[in-house]
Amino acid sequence: MNPVGVEPYIVLSMVLFLLGALGVLMRRNAILVFMSVELMLNSANLALVAFAREWGQVNGHVFVFFVMTVAAAEVAVGLALIVNIFRERRSINIDDLQQMRG
Amino acid sequence: MFESPTIAQFLAVSNLASTAPATLLLAWTLVLVLVDLFAGEERSHWTPVLSCFGLGLSFIANLFVYSPAAGEQIALYGMFIADAFTGFLNMVILVATLIAVLMSWDYLKRAGIHRGEYYILALISSAGAMYMVAANDLIVIFVALELLSIPLYILSAFRSIKNDGSELALKSEESGMKYFILGAFSSAFLVFGAALVYGATGATNIPQIFSIAGGIVGGASAAAFYLLIGAALLLVGLGFKVAVVPFHMWTPDVYEGAPTPVTAFMSVTAKIAGFAALLRLLVTGLSVLVVAEGGAAAWQNTATIIAILTLVLGNFVAISQRSLKRMLAYSSIAHAGYIMVAVAAAGTAGAVNAATQGALVYMMAYMFTNLGAFAVVMAIEREDGSGGNIEDITGLARSRPLMAMAMTIFMLSLTGIPLTAGFLGKLMVFSSAIQAGLFGLAVIGVLTSVVSAFYYVRVVVNMYLRESSGALQPALDTPYVRLAINIALAGTLIFGIFYPLATNLVNMVSIA
Repeated sequence: MNPVGVEPYIVLSMVLFLLGALGVLMRRNAILVFMSVELMLNSANLALVAFAREWGQVNGHVFVFFVMTVAAAEVAVGLALIVNIFRERRSINIDDLQQMRG
Repeated sequence: MFESPTIAQFLAVSNLASTAPATLLLAWTLVLVLVDLFAGEERSHWTPVLSCFGLGLSFIANLFVYSPAAGEQIALYGMFIADAFTGFLNMVILVATLIAVLMSWDYLKRAGIHRGEYYILALISSAGAMYMVAANDLIVIFVALELLSIPLYILSAFRSIKNDGSELALKSEESGMKYFILGAFSSAFLVFGAALVYGATGATNIPQIFSIAGGIVGGASAAAFYLLIGAALLLVGLGFKVAVVPFHMWTPDVYEGAPTPVTAFMSVTAKIAGFAALLRLLVTGLSVLVVAEGGAAAWQNTATIIAILTLVLGNFVAISQRSLKRMLAYSSIAHAGYIMVAVAAAGTAGAVNAATQGALVYMMAYMFTNLGAFAVVMAIEREDGSGGNIEDITGLARSRPLMAMAMTIFMLSLTGIPLTAGFLGKLMVFSSAIQAGLFGLAVIGVLTSVVSAFYYVRVVVNMYLRESSGALQPALDTPYVRLAINIALAGTLIFGIFYPLATNLVNMVSIA
């Protein structure tokens, strides 16, 4: 039924997840940080779809729809916050966000 | 062939009635959106009043659904579980939201941002927390977590627009952005962990995961590997939400920058919901993840290490804080550590019930006490958000003896002095740790409580013993804020003095 097996998909999704995590930690532009988070979520989606096919179930596919919907809601809030920050400071570099320390 | 059921069949099969407390609150909130739209500026007090009404409605529904006679009920095709655990935490969340709404009213008016959306977002977040404490499925945990978090991102950035162009001391937009990035980052860990657990077991339902995981554990198959990595990633994702070390970095900044009533609200509800999901996931779903047959769960060591790190770091860093909000932020990290002690204790099969009940009582005590402490801090703050430092509280005992007395009791309860709710919580958590054989952890918990007395008592000393230039006039000493403080004070004292009340409320809770 599935000539490739599930492992290559999972390895790929793990690599994408790590790239996304590294992006969040190393990028300084808020929009790129944000895109890296999306990459992490979508790598999880890939894993879910691959597993759902492996198990021959629909659970995993349904989960993916929920993740996509929630990610869209997060995009709406996140971009609004970024626009707000840009209006205040004319910059979306997250290293500038350090007025609070201690 | 799929036949679409009638409404009556659907209601019977899905058991929608058991989800009433959370679902009613959410539906009520959607109605409020419309009411707020048409109420207009001069009737802007409608939204908070109706919010309180909705919370009351949900509380009453909760009493019906979770009466001892109702027992444990499964709803929404196994995705939702309504048991004593859910019922108790629903009550805690509803009271917390009520206190937060009472606190917010005058604060928002003074800041010039009194808008209905604020209350609507708080109520949505609260409904998310209620779904999360009832979640019986990885999908529900994720969706409820986001329903809880996304409104909180907005709320913590709520004061970013300055209405008169002056510089605010509060860095609300910075707080919102930091919370958002870390929150989304942690959700990604949670989803990936859920994907791997699903891959290992072929189930997203927590009891099903439990029954399937038993056959996988111990083998050298790919599934065992997926299950272990998945459990670890789920722990990381929820660890960020409840702010345990090493996933706590965002907490001080977010708590300091957010408007004070929002800080109070999120320090309580997000933590309660996160720990509820963590307990259900680890105890109900993954307790079979053991190293040796009949031994403690494999995650117990990890939870123990996290608890120790959290207790030590939270309590010691709080000592050096000057801002009261920042001090309470580190103190909230430390309190997450105490609840984590109970989570670790739940890894031993014999101590599961004691640990769960301890965690629940601790969360209730923490809710009352922490909200009260934040309410007092909010009352003494200046309009631009400054003036919440530890030396700013000097002279409160002279100008407002009752408020100073309330703050003293909150500080004693956070330390864990007898006759306060905080003591009862600590007592139950530590005794469950001893029951689980984690003596070292219990000793560290007691020792760090002693350390915590240092920074809590300093607040009391500043209020009563330090000389100040003039009597401090709390700017927000209004009837609603006073009511919020009094509810918190009553909860702290009643459950501390008449402790059987609290123990009777939780004694039928078991999630194993």
